Amino acid sequence: MDRLFEFMLPEAKSPTADSTDALFHFINEVSLIFLIGITFALIYFAIKYRRRSEDDETPVITHNNTLEITWSVVPLLITFVIFGWGYTGWLNLKSVPDNAYEIQVSGFKWGWNVKYDNGAQTLNEIHVPEGRPVKIVLQSSDVLHSFFVPDYRVKHDVVPGRYTYVWFEAEEVGESQVFCTEYCGTGHSDMLAKVIVHTEEDFQTWLEKNGGGVSGTPVEQGEQLVQLQGCTTCHSDDGSRLIGPSFKGLWESEETLSDGSTVTVDENYLRESILNPGAKIVESYDNVMTPYEGRISDEEITNIIEYLKTLK
Amino acid sequence: MATAEVSNKKTLKVQRFKPSDNPSNTYLTDEKGVWAWMTTVDHKKIGIMYLVSVAIFFAVGGALALLLRTELLTPAKTFIEADTYNQLFTLHGAIMVFFVLVPSIPAALGNFIMPMQLGAKDVAFPKLNLASFYIYVAGAIFTFIALAQHGLDTGWTFYTPYSTESSSSVIWVTMGVFILGFSSILTGTNFITTIHKMRAPGITWGKLPLNVWALYATSIIQVLATPVLAITVLLLTMERWLGFGIFDPALGGDPVLFQHFFWFYSHPAVYIMIVPGFGIISEVISTFSKKTVFGYWAIALSSLAIAFIGFLVWGHHMFTSGQSAVATTVFSFLTFLVGIPTGIKIFNWIATLYKGSIKMDTPMIYVFIFLFLFSIGGFTGIMLGALSVDIHLHDTYYVVAHFHYVMMGGTLIALLAGLHFWWPKMTGKLYNEKLAKIASVFIFVGFNVTFLPQFVMGAQGMPRRYYNYVDQFTAFHQTSTIGSYLLGVGFLIILYYLMHSLFKGAKSPANPWGSRGLEWQATSPPDFHNFDHTPVVIHGPYDYHQPMEEFQLGLAVDTNGHDSGTAKEVVDKERDQWKNYSLG
Repeated sequence: MDRLFEFMLPEAKSPTADSTDALFHFINEVSLIFLIGITFALIYFAIKYRRRSEDDETPVITHNNTLEITWSVVPLLITFVIFGWGYTGWLNLKSVPDNAYEIQVSGFKWGWNVKYDNGAQTLNEIHVPEGRPVKIVLQSSDVLHSFFVPDYRVKHDVVPGRYTYVWFEAEEVGESQVFCTEYCGTGHSDMLAKVIVHTEEDFQTWLEKNGGGVSGTPVEQGEQLVQLQGCTTCHSDDGSRLIGPSFKGLWESEETLSDGSTVTVDENYLRESILNPGAKIVESYDNVMTPYEGRISDEEITNIIEYLKTLK
Repeated sequence: MATAEVSNKKTLKVQRFKPSDNPSNTYLTDEKGVWAWMTTVDHKKIGIMYLVSVAIFFAVGGALALLLRTELLTPAKTFIEADTYNQLFTLHGAIMVFFVLVPSIPAALGNFIMPMQLGAKDVAFPKLNLASFYIYVAGAIFTFIALAQHGLDTGWTFYTPYSTESSSSVIWVTMGVFILGFSSILTGTNFITTIHKMRAPGITWGKLPLNVWALYATSIIQVLATPVLAITVLLLTMERWLGFGIFDPALGGDPVLFQHFFWFYSHPAVYIMIVPGFGIISEVISTFSKKTVFGYWAIALSSLAIAFIGFLVWGHHMFTSGQSAVATTVFSFLTFLVGIPTGIKIFNWIATLYKGSIKMDTPMIYVFIFLFLFSIGGFTGIMLGALSVDIHLHDTYYVVAHFHYVMMGGTLIALLAGLHFWWPKMTGKLYNEKLAKIASVFIFVGFNVTFLPQFVMGAQGMPRRYYNYVDQFTAFHQTSTIGSYLLGVGFLIILYYLMHSLFKGAKSPANPWGSRGLEWQATSPPDFHNFDHTPVVIHGPYDYHQPMEEFQLGLAVDTNGHDSGTAKEVVDKERDQWKNYSLG
């Protein structure tokens, strides 16, 4: 039986998960006892008191105060225990230790942009040190998302216009799956990420190597930006069709728009399509892209355009 | 002729009216033709029209579910695109909630049965009742216009800001839901008035069938909660149409506010869907165990308790949303309180079986299935009410499985119990009991094969509303899909034997189950006015220790030569026997 219950949950990889798991098992066990009792009573009564003749007479039993109070109060007490247990476990999930390492995670349609304290950035990969509390500060640049790591039993909605957070402490080196659990449109089920746990030493090395953010020539910076901003989630660089038009061969091409007019892809069209994508939608594509107005600097736009020019 | 004390004060002259097993006039033979049906104010015909509409919507919603399950056979694309999938699960949810579950028991079965259980000729406002039906139809038309345009891809919950930005037909559907809400409010008002004012002589609050108590509690929720839904969708429309910043942070609004509004209706709506089911369970379990319902007042009042506490727990849908910590704590606590009256009902129903005379006919089989599935739904609800555990389980398949156990394992199974129980009353025909039992096995097995694996994969982390999924969940999804096909077969068998019964079924006697319920003391199918006399009630609806004759009383008619007709002849023949009974 224990094995069944353990099978139901993924392996716990954060100390905050222990209380959650224990309560999960407790409720399962109590429920199972009640369910077996109910099922047994149903079957037993159905057989023992089966109708033998249409003239069967049944006793008049209207109520029984002792019995009814018992089966009201006992479950009530059990639920009080469950409430208290769940409440304390939840308080623990809300109380971030003072020494937690902070990582900024921004959800967008459809990916996770991750920023570290030294300026390093990643897309859909959250690198964390082992054995140190990590606080993930969440924000959304468009609609609701939800940040869920089953291995750590943490989840929080990612709400536009406000900050939310989760914290955990990775117990072992390895990878854990991150899901988006608040429906956010076409790419919702592909909005996945990985928590990658390093030893403290490896993590520091990794941070230093990736610190400082984007760098290099404008074209190189543009190439890094389209990765980090999640552009490549929907726009391929090899001509294949994803949610949006491919970047390959886009520069100076003639595109037909959804209203039937045509446009030549130049700097101004690209700039407008980044800041306000809904203005001119290419025929046969949906208006689903998040506007980047306020999220990206002029210099970054210029670098991205320089990079797109190279994708012939 | 005899006299009966129907209350502390009144003494009425009564006589016995034994219902004929071969009625010459029924509501089906009166007022024939399509136009007569469409303009009828008869609560029975309106109930049937609701039932047919609900069945059609259920078929559509069910077909959508099968398409969804088929798509989920493989982790990546199986046969439809992501956008189509998102539309399908939205429609499945919206249709099942707004067009099937909410009106199913109250508007379809409740409309037909409730006035009869009160011994009334109709509901208090028959024309309003018909208007409710057409408002429901109008809401449906709006929704279908939306589908013909751009569909809907927001999920049935319409969460902002996605629903503000979505390019699908959000306004049409929310207007459809807005209109539909009025149907619900008017039906609730109608029922409350009917229950207060239209009870036959002798039906005190303590002799009210538990089905009526359940519908009473439901009606109160409908009248109080549904306007909030109307306000919410109106605000959403204003935001989309006129750019008012209410919920969208880009316009200065708050998306969490929308969730509060939405669940302030939609959580009580869960009780609009399930409480009427409780009523059916009480009726069927008493009839098929020939026994007084154990703890009548506990069951009656717990419905009202659920209706009341149900208004105070909406925030348990929002533990991860970013609502305040105090609110989260209070909502968790209150959520456990709403579980208690529900548990009390289950124990009372089981206690009713004790020393009963139990006959496992199809309606009773569905009651047993209900008790098993709904218990699982309840226990997993406790699981989700526990704060720390809910953080892990929220928005996963665990929640999907939980609410299917409650809504389908609860409401829909109760509806099936009620449909099989009252089918002979509604149609005057019997159905094939053997096929019905076979179908119930398909439903029970299919249901569990579909939804049990979802608890496991949900706890393992599988999020809901996912078009693609990671490989580790493949086996669970495939099992679940196979289960859904079994369910589909079960419902097709039901459709087959019910249609067969309708056209070629054996004739049903007035009271095939030997029930003491007042609705069974009318003919099957009932007369246009339900009873051709005014029923008088001296016993509770579950007093199986009292002779059947004493449940067939009506105000004595003056027979000085003015009365005629077949029904009266039966009465006259019975009258001599009747004199032998001495009444209070």
